[in-house]
Amino acid sequence: MRRRYLIKRTLVALLTVWVAVTLNFALFRLAPGDAVTNVSRVPNASAETRAALREEFGLDRSHWDQYTAYLGQLAHGNLGVSFANYQPVATNLREALANTLPMVALGTAIGILLGVLIGIVAAWRRGSAVDSAGVLGSLLLYAMPTQWLGLVLVLLFAGTLPVGGMEDPFLALQDTGTWATVKDRLEHMILPAATLAFGLVAQFALITRSSMVETLGEDYVLTARAKGLPDRAIVWRHAARNALLPVTSIVAVSIGSIVGGAILVETVFSWPGIGTAMYQAVADRDYPVLQGTFLLLTLGVVVMSYLVDLLQLRLDPRIGT
Amino acid sequence: MKALRLIRRHPAATAGAALLLVFALAAALAPLLAPYPVDRRSGPADAPPSGAHLLGTDDGGVDVLSLVMHGGRVSLLVGLCAAVTAVVIGGGVGLAAGYFGRWTDSVLMAITDYFLVVPVVPLMIVVAAIWGSSVTHIVLIIGVLLWTTTARTVRAQVRSIREQVYVRRAETIGAGHLRIIARHVLPQIGALLVANTVLTIAVAIFYETALAFLGLGDPTAVSWGRMIQDAHRSSAISNGYWWTILPPGIAVTLVIFGASLLGRAIEDGTGAGLRPSRLAVRGFRVLPRGEVPPR
Repeated sequence: MRRRYLIKRTLVALLTVWVAVTLNFALFRLAPGDAVTNVSRVPNASAETRAALREEFGLDRSHWDQYTAYLGQLAHGNLGVSFANYQPVATNLREALANTLPMVALGTAIGILLGVLIGIVAAWRRGSAVDSAGVLGSLLLYAMPTQWLGLVLVLLFAGTLPVGGMEDPFLALQDTGTWATVKDRLEHMILPAATLAFGLVAQFALITRSSMVETLGEDYVLTARAKGLPDRAIVWRHAARNALLPVTSIVAVSIGSIVGGAILVETVFSWPGIGTAMYQAVADRDYPVLQGTFLLLTLGVVVMSYLVDLLQLRLDPRIGT
Repeated sequence: MKALRLIRRHPAATAGAALLLVFALAAALAPLLAPYPVDRRSGPADAPPSGAHLLGTDDGGVDVLSLVMHGGRVSLLVGLCAAVTAVVIGGGVGLAAGYFGRWTDSVLMAITDYFLVVPVVPLMIVVAAIWGSSVTHIVLIIGVLLWTTTARTVRAQVRSIREQVYVRRAETIGAGHLRIIARHVLPQIGALLVANTVLTIAVAIFYETALAFLGLGDPTAVSWGRMIQDAHRSSAISNGYWWTILPPGIAVTLVIFGASLLGRAIEDGTGAGLRPSRLAVRGFRVLPRGEVPPR
């Protein structure tokens, strides 16, 4: 049974990838301008470049041929050429992705850990002032638009912490050693990661709390209490471990919103990552880059939520039985 | 007296409703109440708050208080229309899936799961960038992408109503699908639909500000999202002009906060809250309250 679930889940993931790729193909054929030649509309491109692109993506052929040509080029990692800097989109995005990942990973980890912690404590002290403060504070934090929260942090910390970019451009010229570079990178990461974390703290505190409240009402918690176990053991060893199961599945669902938050955060802090690439692509109407980022983000989310599901399958023997 | 009791019993719901009401009134009456027009300058550029301009002026010398009041018109309207769109789609999908079950359910829930995974913001960005951004487009883009949670909660609720004895009996004595849905199912999910609309308003306004911030808002309409974007672009932040950035953000935050409070309160009343175990997309055996185990 579990094997069947695993196979089904894998098929669904593959189907989702296929839908995403196809959607990506279809959406951009609807783009304004000469839809058929959009991919080759690189401004100021030489006649040879244009001809080469036409050949690569089969733009003089039928939609179906174009679709298969697109799939073929994708399989080879070819995402087209940026309108803005005439570089291959894949090269642009590889660098951007490498910049994005550490910052988003840091913010997500902090956000989830802190949120789960607050949620557990709030549920444990249900009905108390701590609980009300946790819930209301989370709701208030949850209500703040990500980009606005980022801007407010800039307003508050401008001068004490770096508020833009990923590194101090002058540091590289001074040759101050590895340690200074690492410290500089981390300092630049604090505010963007914090902004991202704040939104997640709220979300995960609320979810963990209600999951925990549900779990604390279970019979085995009552049994544990009847055995005379100390509160701490009941909460952390018995209840929290089970309450966290649904929370992992929420992680899978919220990866999409983390990506959305990352785009906004990067735009606020001019972080040279995927989000800024997307923002710039929108501003420049650079369709190949826009298409590439969209595809990359969608695939990333699908793969991540597939992995979280596998993790869950491992954690919870009830799934798929 | 009755109203007083209601307020005492549901302080969160009352506070949420009051917040929404205040902002809705301010927006609706903006043409009458706003101290200055928003299409021309009424003072020096970037002036801090003073007696003449309670919230100061922006980089174009336009009164910020008036902008916040007028901006609420677009933001709240987009939020409401997008939420209604989303709830109509989500309610329809959830109703059909929960009521008819079998393959209808499988297909609709597969689609729902797909939309639940897809990263919404990038998709909105792409569609808005290709399609062009007017207020109508923004409403449709947000509405069409935000129906999944409604579909899932409504489906769960309809499934449990479907199994009630009186529905079975009505079916046995020959009541048609339309009659059962209209007479027995819809009245019971009404409150749930209202709760979802209110909660979706919060999310829709959140996304409206996000799209506007990324330069994809309607260029002709003043909204709270636009104001935040303007403050960002005009380097008001680096100059420390806090009065151009705080008011629109606080307005958005309070409206979303109010909608969350009210929506959650109504949802709790229906007993069909979006419990974590219900949001769990795949094969959870921990059954949410009121859901019938599949046979």
